[in-house]
Amino acid sequence: MMLIPCPWCGPRDESEFHYGGQAGVAYPADPDALSDEEWARYLFFRDNPKGPFRERWSHSAGCRRWFSLVRDTVTNEVLR
Amino acid sequence: MAERNSPLGGAADRLAAVAAATGGAVTVAEVPFLTQLNVRTRPSGDVNVLQLGPDEWLVVGSSASAVGAAVDVSAQRTTVAVGGSRVLDLLAMGCAIDLHPRVFRVGDCAQTTLAHAPVIIWRRETEFWILVRSSFAAHLADWIVDAAQEFTAGD
Repeated sequence: MMLIPCPWCGPRDESEFHYGGQAGVAYPADPDALSDEEWARYLFFRDNPKGPFRERWSHSAGCRRWFSLVRDTVTNEVLR
Repeated sequence: MAERNSPLGGAADRLAAVAAATGGAVTVAEVPFLTQLNVRTRPSGDVNVLQLGPDEWLVVGSSASAVGAAVDVSAQRTTVAVGGSRVLDLLAMGCAIDLHPRVFRVGDCAQTTLAHAPVIIWRRETEFWILVRSSFAAHLADWIVDAAQEFTAGD
């Protein structure tokens, strides 16, 4: 069980959260201009690093707010 | 006048029996029909939430920034009052956050899960009030009655 630091509620059990995937994936500025391959890449392709990874979490059982944090995918340590 | 039924109205006897079975180590009772007003706004910058009295709040800000909503959610939840000398041990069986009075003081509240049910835990002077959604109330009452068996007098 990971202990995740919610910026509003403090450290809480992982089971109170929903995972939101990689953070900072920007919506395309002009979606109509994208090819199918580029659109699929935006929708489905995400980084999968071994090490620090910036990701989105939602404190769904608490304040229900979204926030970002950096987690080490090897150790599950929350870095910031 | 329509008859009002509280979510745990049918469980009152079973909840009251917990105190007798545990010799007062755990007491449980529903506090039905509390009024609950959910206020959403952003109390930052020039938006402030003023407590005008024990039962009155006023959200103040410039017209551009004082965006908010007040919704009557009284029927969303019921309230379960749990107390007794072993209440912290009881809640610790189903709640991961630290409710010790050194950390979680009188007046503090937290949205979390208790026995996997989403709840608001609110420490009062002598007991905890557990605000639980009506549809989860029966589950939570069953769980409390079951968990309190550990403190049955004589064990």
